[in-house]
Amino acid sequence: MSDITRSDVAHLARLARLAVTDDELDVFSGQLDAILDTVGRVSEIPDDVPPTSHVAPLTNVLRPDEPAPSLPREAALAGAPEAEEGRFRVPRILGESQ
Amino acid sequence: MTSTVDAAPYTVEEVCERFDPVMGLEVHVELNTATKMFCGCRNEFGAEPNTNVCPVCLGLPGSLPRVNGRAVEGAVKIGLALNCQVRERSGFARKNYFYPDMPKNFQISQYDDPIVFDGYLDVPLDDGTTWRVEIERAHMEEDTGKSLHMGGATGRIHGASYSLLDYNRAGVPLIEIVTKPILGAGTRAPEIARAYVSALRDVVQGLGVSDVRMDQGSMRCDANVSLMPKGTTEFGTRTETKNVNSLRSVERAVRYEMGRHAGVLLSGGTITQETRHFDEQSGTTSAGRPKETFADYRFFPEPDLVPIEPSAAWVEELRAGLPERPWERRARIQTDWGLSDEELRDLVNAGALDLVADTVEAGAPAESARSWWVSYLTQQANTAGVELAELAITPTDVARVIALVAEGTLTNKLARQVVDGVLAGEGTPDEVVAGRGLAVVSDDSALTAAVDEALAAQPAVAEKIRAGKTKAAGAIVGAVMKATRGQADAARVQSLVLERVAAGA
Repeated sequence: MSDITRSDVAHLARLARLAVTDDELDVFSGQLDAILDTVGRVSEIPDDVPPTSHVAPLTNVLRPDEPAPSLPREAALAGAPEAEEGRFRVPRILGESQ
Repeated sequence: MTSTVDAAPYTVEEVCERFDPVMGLEVHVELNTATKMFCGCRNEFGAEPNTNVCPVCLGLPGSLPRVNGRAVEGAVKIGLALNCQVRERSGFARKNYFYPDMPKNFQISQYDDPIVFDGYLDVPLDDGTTWRVEIERAHMEEDTGKSLHMGGATGRIHGASYSLLDYNRAGVPLIEIVTKPILGAGTRAPEIARAYVSALRDVVQGLGVSDVRMDQGSMRCDANVSLMPKGTTEFGTRTETKNVNSLRSVERAVRYEMGRHAGVLLSGGTITQETRHFDEQSGTTSAGRPKETFADYRFFPEPDLVPIEPSAAWVEELRAGLPERPWERRARIQTDWGLSDEELRDLVNAGALDLVADTVEAGAPAESARSWWVSYLTQQANTAGVELAELAITPTDVARVIALVAEGTLTNKLARQVVDGVLAGEGTPDEVVAGRGLAVVSDDSALTAAVDEALAAQPAVAEKIRAGKTKAAGAIVGAVMKATRGQADAARVQSLVLERVAAGA
């Protein structure tokens, strides 16, 4: 059994910027528990099997370093809720940065 | 939170009486590829906002990244120059975080299989010794967009009412180079931090894979600092100081944080693990945000990109092409050219070392090459108010001018006029010589005629020379030089004068 608590769910919801109600914390913690248990069966595989991150047997798919056209700025900004001085305008950011 | 109250900082000497500092340096280097890491948008500094953007770097739905092969090459070169191992199979991962500088809400980076790992850099220190800094890893990732915080008093994030985003930089290839903990540096920790970043900059510059301009952000340093009480081995809580944008700031930031940590710890407080912002003006740091724990980034393999497997042959080819380390090159040049420490330092300070070396490689004798760059060309650069390297003349041009002097086509005086012509954009030295008609008059019949004319014009002087007063020939030489507008070789004229007098002219 995994052990996803209500506070784990609240934390994940905050990271993902999801609004989760008090009732949903109970629902999701139970559901995530079940999901993790299922995924956890992967750990039954012996250690000497290398992990698979991709199903396609491809490597080194590389692009030459040659410029391709970018979008016109008007097109780039067209989908933005707000733009100013040729830039995307976003609400104030507090408490976090990369 | 005690750490937000700045206790009076201690000097590094005072700090090290009680504590051992531990440093970890993370340096981000933007590669100077033509295009971004995962799309064909141009990678250029200073373009109009949001003109180098496309669906991939804007994170629009349905767009797919494609890896820039040249960027992988740059990463491997940096790794090899830092004595790292190159991973046989390396993948990309998504680092998830919610912040508008990456419109995808994640950054494509590398997680537990960075392209290169386990290396070291032997860093030259001011006293002539070296300090080995162990490299943990270097990985590939993409740079973020640039934010302008509006409405606040200082352009800082605090107090801003909204932000403006330019995504030209989002997706620019970025290599993050991470050291292992640097232990045992003691009071020299700030100096070693600076020397490491400086050496790393020189190495990367030598590879030609980045502009490494700290002032333009193409090289950035985050400095992790912690203290542990002397005699203990468990690391203290660290802080990560960001925004350290010059070599001097690296040193100052480490020194300040050492003193601040000691102040907090000695007054019974605890250090909060957090990022801190370095202020260039005051030389102090201020609290940023509490550091997210690593798990919060929820790394997972990037499903849209397949692994990179550098072939051994390719890696060896890149290894064979690595340039000499800058300081090794300097040492070799000093020996080869027989320079004193002072002469070498003058060359380095004048920004002339590489130019002189390239001039020598283009075939010029070291002494002439050095003399041109440190005297006449330095004067021209000072007059024009530019760096020596920015002058519109190449080492090859200078080597050609030196060769023209050596073969007698130009006098030193004419050579300076040729250099002026090259600097003025009149073409190569040969084109300037032809264009300005500057070659030495070496046609003996023309010179002989000029000598005869001068002797005829000054019979009294000619008589003195005939009587054995060869010093009087100077007046005739002067007249000939004047007649040929300085384009004759004075020594040749001198001997011609004596010949002609002896021949009865």
